[in-house]
Amino acid sequence: MTPLALAGAAIAVSGATPSERRMVLRVRDPRSVAEIDDRDGALIRDEEDLLAARARRFKTAVFLEGVSLPDDADGFEVTVRLGERFDHLGDGDIVGLDPGSLRLRVLYRRASKHNSFLVTERCSHYCLMCSQPPRNVKDGWIIDEIASCIDLLDPATDSVGFTGGEPLLEWRRFIALLAVFRGRLPETAVHVLTNGRAFAAEEVTAAWAALGFQRLTAGIPLYSAVDAVHDYVVQARDAFDDTVLGILRLKDKGQRVEVRVVLHAVTAPRLRETSAWLALNLPFVNHVALMGLENTGFALANQALLWIDPLDYQADLACGVDMLRAAGVNVSIYNLPLCLLDRSVWDFAVQSISDWKNGYLSECDGCAARRRCAGFFSSGRPRLSRGISPIAAADLQRTLSGHGVVVGDAGS
Amino acid sequence: MTSFHGPATFAPNAATELQLLPLRFERLGANRFLVANFVGDLLLLNEEELDRTVSLAIAPGDGLYERAFEKLLVTRKKQRSQLQLLALRLRSRMSFLREPTPLHLFVVTLRCEHSCPYCQVSRRSAERDRFDMSEELALRAVNVALSAPTPRIKIEFQGGEPLLNFELVRKIVGAVHERAPARNKAVEFVIASNLALLSDEVLAFCQKNDILLSTSLDGPADLHNRNRPRPGGNSHELAVAGIRRAQKVLGRSRVGALMTTTEASLTRVEEIVDEYLRLDLDGIFLRPLSPYGFAIKTKQFERYDGAEWLAFYERGYFPEFYAALLLKRMLSDRPIGYVDLRSPAGIGLGALVYNYDGKVFASDEGRMLAEMGDRTFELGDLRKDDYRSLVLSDKLVGLIGNTLAQCAPQCSSCAYEPHCGAEPVYHHATQGDAVGIKPLSEFCARQKGVLQLLFEILDSGGEDAAVLRRWASG
Repeated sequence: MTPLALAGAAIAVSGATPSERRMVLRVRDPRSVAEIDDRDGALIRDEEDLLAARARRFKTAVFLEGVSLPDDADGFEVTVRLGERFDHLGDGDIVGLDPGSLRLRVLYRRASKHNSFLVTERCSHYCLMCSQPPRNVKDGWIIDEIASCIDLLDPATDSVGFTGGEPLLEWRRFIALLAVFRGRLPETAVHVLTNGRAFAAEEVTAAWAALGFQRLTAGIPLYSAVDAVHDYVVQARDAFDDTVLGILRLKDKGQRVEVRVVLHAVTAPRLRETSAWLALNLPFVNHVALMGLENTGFALANQALLWIDPLDYQADLACGVDMLRAAGVNVSIYNLPLCLLDRSVWDFAVQSISDWKNGYLSECDGCAARRRCAGFFSSGRPRLSRGISPIAAADLQRTLSGHGVVVGDAGS
Repeated sequence: MTSFHGPATFAPNAATELQLLPLRFERLGANRFLVANFVGDLLLLNEEELDRTVSLAIAPGDGLYERAFEKLLVTRKKQRSQLQLLALRLRSRMSFLREPTPLHLFVVTLRCEHSCPYCQVSRRSAERDRFDMSEELALRAVNVALSAPTPRIKIEFQGGEPLLNFELVRKIVGAVHERAPARNKAVEFVIASNLALLSDEVLAFCQKNDILLSTSLDGPADLHNRNRPRPGGNSHELAVAGIRRAQKVLGRSRVGALMTTTEASLTRVEEIVDEYLRLDLDGIFLRPLSPYGFAIKTKQFERYDGAEWLAFYERGYFPEFYAALLLKRMLSDRPIGYVDLRSPAGIGLGALVYNYDGKVFASDEGRMLAEMGDRTFELGDLRKDDYRSLVLSDKLVGLIGNTLAQCAPQCSSCAYEPHCGAEPVYHHATQGDAVGIKPLSEFCARQKGVLQLLFEILDSGGEDAAVLRRWASG
């Protein structure tokens, strides 16, 4: 299990203007592309690609390692050479590249359903299990970079996420970015992962609502119904108060809100109470996701504090889902394989792990439920439950018929 | 890597930062207290825990702080979210007040061919001219009903046996269909009937006009026929046949039944439930006798008390509509329009009753009392009143003023108050006072008993709790 490479360094870049700190580059299949933008680069895997790129007068060529043709750079203003880790790139994908340092990040993969833009690495929280540890750096340029590639995105993109850090730290710039996005991709669903605290201010919620974006959802983590527990998990005092107020303000303005509860040894012991509290106090949110832990980033550093075998909260999770479902709340289970879940809640388990960091174990080879199972994170250092075991075909059939589940329906 | 702070960094200073929120409690037994927050979320504590909670001797990590905070019993002084949650939840729970008078009962006749000794409406057996509603009065009542501010109204045909005056039912439904669209009202119809007179013609009419049927089924044949005598002694046979035909023609969910508990029912709840199962009914309403009409005259009402009824009720483990209603209030803030369980009471604001003789009452029980000679809950007369004059009458305003459980003696301090309601007619009838002395009230005893029973099952977790949650989500 290894995740796809979405960040790294180019082997070489030549021809790019040195004044350009970062360039946005959309890779294209030179053999099939119709129109060429200045920011397009032909992706060259073989001689045929090279001939096509020259014929179509591409100014930029992106060579994948292993492709070495005589005088291959001839005729291109800019050439970029990438290692074979980036072999997954395809037509329409977008990368941000710093020609000076050769650092690059894949910003968008056209064929993926899990595109997510990192808006900033700065955050007002410092969560014990953060998978993307925040850094206090000047990275305001990232919003500009995203803005500059919005018109290169495929308008047919079904959904896109924005994440951080905390995207709403510079809320005026970020909401302006969403307005540009909406103008270009009005049909695309947008999910913003935010700690929600900014929405405690009426001004921010009003600006957000004024976007008039039907398919815009704020995904807001709330780890406990107890202020001290939530504040401890996010390492910030008063976070609970701001976040709950923010959720209430968003719902008051008719905005879509998802509540995300990450389950680990600090939060899981009160999962029943948290679910009951959500069912009573926030039944009007659009979605509740009860989520398994991604063992990466700070979660690794705090492993001793956070690790709990999901098998040990299996019954509480089933009960929590039942309470939320009975209250009419749209609830899903994220990031947990089916073999660790009570059969009664399989219907609520979603294949939630982003494609680029989703993997399966050798045990999964003989499992009948693999095709509809969330599987595992390939990122970080996966820690495995003692309950992992393949599900037999007969067992799967019995469970499905027992609960009237249609195979392939991920619930929610 | 920056180090992380321990939990203590995020704990409040109990002495300076914490504040108690409104709470009420009820002693359930030795060292067991049921504690309710402002909107009725319930928590079981022992005496020491209750003491520590009210004196704020709690801290994160002790387990009690967590429970008290989750149940909105405490807040930090600077926090806004706990108070906002309580405020918005109270607003939701009371929002039925924004849509006044959803229920309109038409007593199209007081005549009935049954002669039930527990009849609470004091039915008559003859004199069509005197005890049937006239067409003129019925059409006036339609105008009053359609003047209610709520966009959705329900019209329920009551009796006596309304099918004895089916022609009038027909005319009322026709008039409503004619007049409702101009006033933007969605109208639902229910006929409360013993089904003995259910003809194909009536069924076809119900089907065409999407009318629900609500009937009485007291249990197995011997019990039912004993409770509900009619010429031929075949009430059960006709009710069962009627239910089956209605299920077939109108659909299974379009006919419901309720039972009335008599002394003879007390030992037979399982058989009663079985009878409902046999007939493929969705659920049951286990209804105690009310202190009106023949139930008083024939002394049926006094044959059992609240405790005996509760013992009966506890064993009726089948989707029970009253339990479902209470569970909805315990597990959600959805405003429950059930007019008999509101505060302020549903009299007038929840329901109006148009009697066969043109008199308008604030509740069904109010007209039952009137047949016994007590006109306390009579609001006016269809011949001269309209919706405004009835609902804004000094009489109704005065009556409603006495029905705020939130501030009534013994209700204001009751843990169950958020899930209960005022019962002014009952207390007026039994104690001569609309507020009543609650420790003497069988209504209060039953409410507390049922709510405690439901809480204990929910609190025990497990499969039974899951079943009750299912009842509430229906």
